[in-house]
Amino acid sequence: MAGNSEYAIEMLNITKRFPGIIANDNVTLQLKKGEIHALLGENGAGKSTLMSVLFGLYQAEEGIIKKDGVEVKISNPNDANDLGIGMVHQHFKLVQCFTVLDNIILGDETTKHGFLQKEESRKKILELSDKYGLKVDPDAKIEDITVGMQQRTEILKMLYRDNEILIFDEPTAVLTPAEIDELMEIMRNLAKEGKSILFISHKLAEIMAVADRCSVLRRGKYIGTVNIADTNQDELSRMMVGRDVQLVATKQDKEPGEVILHVENMTVPSKLHHNNAVKNVSFDVRAGEIVCIAGIDGNGQTELVYGLSGLENCTTGKITLSGRDITHASIRERSTHGMSHIPEDRHKHGLVMDYSLAYNLVLQRYFEPEFSTKFGFLKKGEINKYAERLIEQYDIRSGQGAPTIARSMSGGNQQKAIIAREIDKNPELLIAVQPTRGLDVGAIEYIHKQLIAQRDSGHAVLLVSLELEEVMSISDRILVMYEGELVGEFNPKETTPEELGLYMAGAKRKEITA
Amino acid sequence: MSRSNGNIQSQKFLSRPAVQATLAALLCIVVGLLIGYIALLIISPAGATQAIITILKNYFTYPSKAAAMKYLGNTLVKAAPLLMCALSIQFCYQAGLFNIGAAGQYVAGAGAALFCALALHMPWIVCLLAALIAGGIFGIIVGLLKSYLNVNEVISGIMLNWIGLYTVNMLLSGVKEVASPYTVNVATENPGALLPSFGLDKLFSNNKYVTIAIPLAVLIAILLKIVLSKTVFGYEIKATGIAKDAAKYSGMKEKRNVITTLFIGGALAGLGAAFLFLSGYEQWSVTQSSVPSMGFNGIAATFLGGLDPIGTIFASYFIQHITSGGSYLDKNIYPSQISDFISAIIIYLCGFVLIFKLYLNNYLGVKEEKAKEKTTASANKEEGGNK
Repeated sequence: MAGNSEYAIEMLNITKRFPGIIANDNVTLQLKKGEIHALLGENGAGKSTLMSVLFGLYQAEEGIIKKDGVEVKISNPNDANDLGIGMVHQHFKLVQCFTVLDNIILGDETTKHGFLQKEESRKKILELSDKYGLKVDPDAKIEDITVGMQQRTEILKMLYRDNEILIFDEPTAVLTPAEIDELMEIMRNLAKEGKSILFISHKLAEIMAVADRCSVLRRGKYIGTVNIADTNQDELSRMMVGRDVQLVATKQDKEPGEVILHVENMTVPSKLHHNNAVKNVSFDVRAGEIVCIAGIDGNGQTELVYGLSGLENCTTGKITLSGRDITHASIRERSTHGMSHIPEDRHKHGLVMDYSLAYNLVLQRYFEPEFSTKFGFLKKGEINKYAERLIEQYDIRSGQGAPTIARSMSGGNQQKAIIAREIDKNPELLIAVQPTRGLDVGAIEYIHKQLIAQRDSGHAVLLVSLELEEVMSISDRILVMYEGELVGEFNPKETTPEELGLYMAGAKRKEITA
Repeated sequence: MSRSNGNIQSQKFLSRPAVQATLAALLCIVVGLLIGYIALLIISPAGATQAIITILKNYFTYPSKAAAMKYLGNTLVKAAPLLMCALSIQFCYQAGLFNIGAAGQYVAGAGAALFCALALHMPWIVCLLAALIAGGIFGIIVGLLKSYLNVNEVISGIMLNWIGLYTVNMLLSGVKEVASPYTVNVATENPGALLPSFGLDKLFSNNKYVTIAIPLAVLIAILLKIVLSKTVFGYEIKATGIAKDAAKYSGMKEKRNVITTLFIGGALAGLGAAFLFLSGYEQWSVTQSSVPSMGFNGIAATFLGGLDPIGTIFASYFIQHITSGGSYLDKNIYPSQISDFISAIIIYLCGFVLIFKLYLNNYLGVKEEKAKEKTTASANKEEGGNK
């Protein structure tokens, strides 16, 4: 057996080019047997490309891959499978209407004379589940189980195939704090049993908590590999971003002013499930404060914002903005009268992707006399001038400036464009829904500063976020949402992520008075 | 050095959308003609070359300049309604709607124009407006169904095509010739309903069918181009078309926009029908049992025209040119439908226009990258010492 190498898998000097960029520039990644190895990098740093090379989805132009010290050629995902490499994707690849058992055996079914032998599979699954502490119900349908259990199903899928090298792609993004702890425990168990784990993440705290070593990529280049025991978060973030980053936003204490947004007994129906996504919710947001709605994805936050912005009509309740009743106001009326909205899905709602940056920057103002004549012609000169100003002021970077097509811009700059547009309207209330999702540390720092600047200049900010770190660091008040209801109100200085987690998971609740 | 400058310039030229659309359209035409030629060869090799030349020559077949001009007039008379149908489809397409109902809107326009002319003896301007409104109403029906009941515009459009056809057949049965299924001649029944020519007919050897319809159609195309690219309305229409959710988010009334767009689309197709039937060039047959192909041919013209109103002017003319040319073929050897066949192939190939553009852009992208890499590589060399 050739398996006397220290490393389970080695990717040596990998270079992969695409038209326009070098996605991986001489990258080396060595995964030791039985270790948890973190792969850290911002979005676009080349993590996904590297993994795609490992899975045979792309062929590297230069460099070699070694398994147990022996050079191997991986030309498609089946080769990777045969080598015992498995992956839990960020977005699970499960069949919703199948059971856990069906999903695990899918593609690797045991059959006899063409009939499925589910009992054998069930036995193996239960054994694995026992051995690694992966609690699942093999007969539950995917659509009925929690996200955490879906993830355990994905992990079992890899184990069922006897994979030795397990890749976790941003596995904590969808989990509650308690579930994250549980996952970390599972990962440690797997490593103890001799599995080698590659943990892709940009969350420094988690890497510090669970990994043995960490390799860092930046803009396609390999920056280095460090032992977690010998490093700290600051060093990791410096490696990842290339400069010092302020990880925790700082803000001065401030006494909130008058009530800007007042919501009373609001109920919003859900399009998806034919029930009420938001149930009888009441709260206030005052001038000069950042109120954060925390919660796990899918607990009615999206619909709450739809109701506030007018994208969806509420069935009951009353919304007032600076004393005006806007319950039945149109989207445009709200947007022109003091409400700005940084939407959750910037591609779907926030931007017309095939319009130029300039056109996108006037998406809610093109009809105003500043930008159009009374005969209905657009003042292109004015639009461009306005765009140039925002580009300059908010440091929006793009290939060709104002005429750049939005689609061709990076995610961070697309988000900057939306933020510039929304903040420049000088709104009384700024609603920001997951404004930092999918962005790198530099962009996140920028966006947090902008939100705090809004608050400091006396505007009301309502932030909806799934990231507890973000919630804890920039909000003045936290409301936790669970199954369409507000189940707790907290002062970030007096609470902990663990306490919030209990409320987010529905384990605890308290009455809130608006 | 100068060579690479020239290269960059030609690359810039090639990356302009209008240039790409034109190149792609020309490619479709050449390949379409080639396949048509092969078909002619298969039918009868002896006269194939002559036949394809005949199709391309169309009215140039006539040796005298006067005759050629006259028949150019005829081609233009039919190109105008085709252009209108193409514009109808195109305008809706910008708003993300596939207006296959243009054929029915055209039928409605024909019915309204002829009924006003022959049964009500109205002057031409009223007939024209009636056609516009009838087509528009057909469009609005599709728009209402789409916005409020989420009925796919293709389905409701196709159904309305047939409803329109039989309604119009019924409506015009009262004004048909006694001995034939055709409606009575507008020129003899109500000359006041014929579109005026303002002397245009003189340019085309007194071709009495040449009317203001032709310049009007071109004018409308230019107008649409301006509306789409320069107005608030165009901004909204296009935003609704490419990003419905973003349009809604920004506070646009996307339902109203869909209905307005289909009204305008319907009005354009309806006007197109009036342009043809109020020139007296054709009479309506009340026994026809298939929807006139004008509306469907508009799809071809609009795609061949690169989904641009100005490009569509030329595309409509070209399609009508070879269709008219087909009628000069020796019917004993070749079916005159060979022109339809060629246009059909061209339409098919139009689907590849996008692929062509993609390849061209990829090619240009790779070139640009290489150039960039070269410059950064040399730049890196220079500043290498600083790092």
